[in-house]
Amino acid sequence: MRFSDEFETRFAEMLTHYPTRRSALVPTLLYAQDEVGRLSDEVIAELAQRLDLTELEVRNVISYYSMLTTKPRGKYTVQVCTNIACMLRGGEELLDHCKKKLGVGHKGTTADGLFSLEEVECIGACSWAPAVQVNYDFHENLTNAKLDEILDEYRKKGTQ
Amino acid sequence: MPDVNLTVDGKKITAPAGSLLIEACKSAGIEVPSFCYYPGLSLQGACRMCVVKIEKMPKLQTACTTTVTEGMIVATDSDEVRQARKAMVELLLGNHPLDCPVCDAGGECELQDMTFSYGASESKFIETKNHREEQQWSPVVYFDRPRCILCYRCVRVCGEGMDVWALGVQNRGVSSIIAPNISAPDQDAHLDCEECGMCIDICPVGALTSGAYRYKTRPWEMNHVGTICTHCGDGCKTTLGVRRCDTGAEIVRGDNRDKSGINGDFLCVKGRYAFDFVHHKDRLTEPLIRKNGKLTPAAWEEAFELIGTRFKEIRDHDGGSAIGVVGSNRTTNEENYLLSKFARSVLKTNNVDHHRTADYPALAAALQGKPGKTASMRDVLTAPAILLIGNDPTNQHPLLAWQIRTNVRLRRAKLYVINSAPIKLRRQATAFAMVPAGAEAKAVAFLAGDDSLLDSLVSDATNRDAWIALREKIRAEQNIVIAFGSELRGQDVAKLVSFAESLTGAKLICLGDYANSRGASEMGLYPDLLPGYEPIASAGKFQKEWGDLPVEKGLSLPEMVEAAKAGKLKALYVLGSNPVGRLGIDPFVLSKSFVVVQDMFLTETANIADVVLPAANAYEKTGTYTNTCGDLQLVKKAGEVSNTKPDFEMIVRIADAMGFDVSGLVPFGSGTHSDMGQSRGAQSGEADRHAVWLEAHNLEPKMTPFDPMAILDEIQRVVAGYDISRVNLLAGNDQHLEIAESGASAIQPPELIVPARDDLFSSGTLGRYSKTLNSVFENKSAVPEVAAD
Ligand code: SF4
Ligand code: SF4
Ligand code: SF4
Ligand code: FES
Ligand code: FES
Repeated sequence: MRFSDEFETRFAEMLTHYPTRRSALVPTLLYAQDEVGRLSDEVIAELAQRLDLTELEVRNVISYYSMLTTKPRGKYTVQVCTNIACMLRGGEELLDHCKKKLGVGHKGTTADGLFSLEEVECIGACSWAPAVQVNYDFHENLTNAKLDEILDEYRKKGTQ
Repeated sequence: MPDVNLTVDGKKITAPAGSLLIEACKSAGIEVPSFCYYPGLSLQGACRMCVVKIEKMPKLQTACTTTVTEGMIVATDSDEVRQARKAMVELLLGNHPLDCPVCDAGGECELQDMTFSYGASESKFIETKNHREEQQWSPVVYFDRPRCILCYRCVRVCGEGMDVWALGVQNRGVSSIIAPNISAPDQDAHLDCEECGMCIDICPVGALTSGAYRYKTRPWEMNHVGTICTHCGDGCKTTLGVRRCDTGAEIVRGDNRDKSGINGDFLCVKGRYAFDFVHHKDRLTEPLIRKNGKLTPAAWEEAFELIGTRFKEIRDHDGGSAIGVVGSNRTTNEENYLLSKFARSVLKTNNVDHHRTADYPALAAALQGKPGKTASMRDVLTAPAILLIGNDPTNQHPLLAWQIRTNVRLRRAKLYVINSAPIKLRRQATAFAMVPAGAEAKAVAFLAGDDSLLDSLVSDATNRDAWIALREKIRAEQNIVIAFGSELRGQDVAKLVSFAESLTGAKLICLGDYANSRGASEMGLYPDLLPGYEPIASAGKFQKEWGDLPVEKGLSLPEMVEAAKAGKLKALYVLGSNPVGRLGIDPFVLSKSFVVVQDMFLTETANIADVVLPAANAYEKTGTYTNTCGDLQLVKKAGEVSNTKPDFEMIVRIADAMGFDVSGLVPFGSGTHSDMGQSRGAQSGEADRHAVWLEAHNLEPKMTPFDPMAILDEIQRVVAGYDISRVNLLAGNDQHLEIAESGASAIQPPELIVPARDDLFSSGTLGRYSKTLNSVFENKSAVPEVAAD
């Protein structure tokens, strides 16, 4: 399969960072996911072949990380942390709020394809709990109202 | 390495530096429980069953990942440790279905044992268990996910051990699951693999179960018989689980719980599952005689009578040379020896042959008088270097391939491969050299120093420098094991042997295809060789034992066919062989000869016979097999199908029917009867005490003309190299035979060798009648090659 030139440049560079090819797997998966939207069977087969791995091994790794997905997601993936620090500071309420607002549950995607919702374990932002990650961006010290603003902004961006 | 001293549970012990604490304890007789630790596989440290207290270390430590150090003080059984183990078991049982009453592993389950030793009698877990229906991953592999305790043994044995990498771990934490390599939505996920069943055997619980055995019986309802696999030439020890049934004794399971065999942990799909040909519905259970052109069921007496009369008539009228004999690659040494003897001393013919798959006579000829030049299967596991010329062990010699992989992985042995195809073992090779098909012999000559052949070997895959470098490396190796396939024959074998002699400590293995191909060869199933590669010209020793023998060289199989065409071959006696089907002999040619076939099935050859006798197979009789390396092992009777007979007995009965005094054929005592009482317990599972008593007193062997052990006595006396310890043999140990003591042998026409070309999922006639092999075969076209390291 073909990736963009940009992907190929980054992939080639990534290989130089590690002593063995297989080590480049996780960053490569992220690049591919960003480009294709998800890690399809085709992507998996291609990367397995490039990195000298079995497809099974690639799947094993994908299934381990919550940020990697084989299923199509919305344009923005809203990952709400409900681990200890966030839970104590209202993470679960935030999650409930998102569910209501977006009308989807854990791992659900809105009908317009704009948002996916996910409940996740600690995302390393405990000092500013409760925290939510949307794609690669962090949003911290949240309240329902703040989160509404943030989601509205994404909606605006996404429908422009 | 020097030993270190440590104290375990107050006991002072020593262990080699660098050993794992769990192993050091084991050698000192202190058992440390474990799930994920498995000797020979990479360390996992996943289950934490093996925790022990080590002084000066803050927390409990895993004994399976800790190496011993000088002065270490360890407690393996303190309250703290027991409490930790109890907690681990409780955790494992948290989501375990506890369906032991219907689980295949019930009674042989490590989790049951651990719970019994360390577990809590109550559980704090009150949540709903996470259930998942059993999944079928292949014709032979089933997975019952809730039973899995995530020890990852299956993942490692498949990847590291088999180099198949078909199993993986997906997800994380409590949601971790074992997954097969072909991903598909949920219930359709499945395996595409070698179907060896290693993962099933190694699973400590009943999470992975076998299609052949699941839900059939309880482990304690079986008798377990350790015998030798009857498929390829490697000679794995397989333990057959046997149960009584209407028609005798049914084999319900094959596994390798007895790890004392040359195969250690290993069995391939055939050794583990392909015993099922035994119970195929087409199995012959009545003698058949051709009447009015049709094979018709008949009584044993009538059949023997007819064969005896006709053989005698033909021998007396046309001479023994009008009779041909074709032996088997799967009958025991005793049967092969007896057949050789019967042909020569009763039928008076040297027209004896078998389906040849390797040039053992050439090896014998080249090694005569040069002891210590052949390697055993065990040597392959420890040799510092291995050179493989031709063959594809992954498919044709699965155990050899396992030994090589294990040696490369654990001992960093160097593997050099010369082959005309990119065989899978190249993945373990230090150097892989590709030769043009048929040029293996040239490669040998090049190794031996003939540079003029270099040009003909060079290709895009292996250039000139690569060949020269390969030769340099091999020449520098000491104690290398050289295994070669049937690509090398006759003079080429001699050349290889002389090259091997130029290296320090090199040893050879000649690779033949069937379970007792080597035995057939050593017991003289050749027109010009007697047992022990004794040329018929120097038959002196045998004349003394066997009486008068024909001295003319006999006919090889193709020559017999020619003779039949010319109307000169009046009778053909075929045992456990299918020359019509396998060697492409025109059945019409044999239409004028009186053909007798002993087999399990109506093969193409049996189909044209005048008399067909229903034979027992190697799982239904006792005797010995010689594997392709020359390791002698005991074959033990496991199953039984009523109204079939071992070939041994049939040969004796035919001799008797010919009016021959059978005490001249099989030495046996007089006046004693074999039936000295009931020899099998009335209840299945009851030990065969009478037989045990007889064996202990060395009585049974001498009593009946049908007892192969009487012939083993004779083999040990007269066949060069077979004079090994009988006690060792009876104890179930393999013993390497010395081919150097053999006779002068004789160079054989190379074209008489016809490789079987079986792969992992085929096994000649046996494979055709094995449901498991067929279902596995239909399930896939080819085993995919994998990329993992
Ligand atoms: S049957 Fe053998 S090859 Fe297949 S998954 Fe199990 S261990 Fe791997
Ligand atoms: S299936 Fe068996 S061997 Fe594999 S991880 Fe689970 S318990 Fe261990
Ligand atoms: S490797 Fe050969 S002897 Fe061993 S189990 Fe497989 S077929 Fe049988
Ligand atoms: S607990 Fe939510 S970021 Fe760590
Ligand atoms: S046996 Fe040591 S952690 Fe599993």
